[in-house]
Amino acid sequence: MTGQTSVEPILKARGLVKRYGKVTALDHCDFELYPGEILAVIGDNGAGKSSLIKALSGAVQPDEGEITLEGKPVHFSSPLEARGHGIECVYQTLAMSPALSIADNMFMGRELRKPGIMGSLFRQLDRPAMESFARQKLNELGLMTIQNINQPVETLSGGQRQGVAVARAAAFGSKVVILDEPTAALGVKESRRVLELIRDVRSRGIPIILISHNMPHVFEVADRIHIHRLGKRLCVIKPGDYTMSDAVAFMTGAKLPEGVTEAA
Amino acid sequence: MASDAKSATSFEEGLKGASEKVAEFHEEKSALKRLQHWLHQTPSAVPMIVLVVALIIFGFLSENFFKATTLSTILQQIAIVGIIGCAQSLVVLTAGIDLSVGAIAVFSSVLMGQFTFRYGIPAPMAIGLGLALGTLMGFVNGWLVAKIKLPPFIVTLGTWQILLASNFIFSANETIRSSDIAAQAPSLQFWGQSIQPGGVKVLYAVFLMVALVAIMAYVLRQTAWGRHVYAVGDDPDAAELAGVQTKRVLIQVYALAGFFCAIAGWVMIGRFGSVSPTASTGQLGNIQSITAVVIGGISLFGGRGSIVGMFFGALIVGVFEMGLKMVGTDPQWTFFLIGLLIILAVAVDQWIRKASA
Repeated sequence: MTGQTSVEPILKARGLVKRYGKVTALDHCDFELYPGEILAVIGDNGAGKSSLIKALSGAVQPDEGEITLEGKPVHFSSPLEARGHGIECVYQTLAMSPALSIADNMFMGRELRKPGIMGSLFRQLDRPAMESFARQKLNELGLMTIQNINQPVETLSGGQRQGVAVARAAAFGSKVVILDEPTAALGVKESRRVLELIRDVRSRGIPIILISHNMPHVFEVADRIHIHRLGKRLCVIKPGDYTMSDAVAFMTGAKLPEGVTEAA
Repeated sequence: MASDAKSATSFEEGLKGASEKVAEFHEEKSALKRLQHWLHQTPSAVPMIVLVVALIIFGFLSENFFKATTLSTILQQIAIVGIIGCAQSLVVLTAGIDLSVGAIAVFSSVLMGQFTFRYGIPAPMAIGLGLALGTLMGFVNGWLVAKIKLPPFIVTLGTWQILLASNFIFSANETIRSSDIAAQAPSLQFWGQSIQPGGVKVLYAVFLMVALVAIMAYVLRQTAWGRHVYAVGDDPDAAELAGVQTKRVLIQVYALAGFFCAIAGWVMIGRFGSVSPTASTGQLGNIQSITAVVIGGISLFGGRGSIVGMFFGALIVGVFEMGLKMVGTDPQWTFFLIGLLIILAVAVDQWIRKASA
């Protein structure tokens, strides 16, 4: 991932501001994601990572600033609109309906209908197609222990749920995939699979935004690391140029990166 | 530094030679656990079992119980509650509650009657207007719940009083007599007609109720919109993030509930013959429909249960009323037993929910 300066960012944000009452979650924040890269976003608790991600995925609307996707300005008033533009997000809360089945959850908001009159007039869901697609995506992720694609999500373990959420985003994201703490609830083996999946998605040419507190994971897969501090971007570093402890020092304010003079 | 990145994965070296299987557990499942799991999957099973048991018991206690006329009378008596129950089921599935269902039904029936008799609008058009206005009343409920974010209980407690009062004011407390309706606007009484195969009277209203339950069961299970209703009731925030337009779904649910109530209002004219603003449905419709919904195993916390369960719930109430009457007990026992059933149903719901934990 070199020579990115000549390439146009696929997703770019300028001067994003988001206030919740007296709290400023985003303070004129900039952001760039280049095609085909894995960009990690790290920052201390309350730095505004989640607000940034939610603004990019349409879950919140920024008060100021603009977002451009492939050079064109976009305004997402709901996650559905962002999804319509090919941006998929795995939220920390996973955004799954516990009582509904895995297949229902994977296709929530983009259900497949039966071909012919049963689909067009009677709006009947094409369950067999949805189930086989869901099954295939879970197998790709190595989540074979899920026996029944129709079992409610609430009967899955935490790791399996996260796996289903990641599979959903990976299956449908066509331009950008955003993962908010995708390995937080996973065991060592499941985390490894998710990291492999992240590389897999990148190899298909889809850039990924990865929010994580797990420094080894971040340094392992990220092409660039966006360090978020006090509601804005402090700096962007390459994992090869700095150590994990440098990154932690930057995000906690213990140290300032070279070339950044502004004190927090 | 490169060495840093490499060491990042070195702690996972220990994975080599580990079992390739992701955690698997073999738990001994007792019969009780399996029952709990099965009930979790098929929420309408509990009311169905209660219904079958009640039918068997009353069949033993009263030899006339299993006559076709008895069974058709039960269906006839639950027709209105069943239709209002469809409305209530939808709302309860979204973790809401609609106390105004009975008021919408009565007010709609009064509107249909008065449009025809006071303003001389042709009856079919008056019916259409009544259905549209009932839908509008539901829409207002939904708008207040979804957009203004008021609790459904409070919204519908308010609209229940407002609509019932409007109903009395608008109708000036006048009842339209059955004979007048039969002479001048028979289409108002359409659902009171019946077919009589082998001398057993079955009202059109009963077919309508069964058809509505069947249609809604299909819509809730087989269409995307139905899945969205469940998702909104289950976890509205998750549904919103997953791409469901939760506000729109909520408004549609309340408006559709209003439409069903207006249909129930039309059916009431057929069932009772007259148009009466003081019909008991206005005061009791909400409690009766909530009873059917709860006994039918639909969770008041939303997202769980089926409309077929509500139908069984309504049938259970009907069977109890009729059965106890035929056995010759004090009618208060009906309410006593139904009260017990409600508490039992909610207790079972809580127990079933633990299957997921």
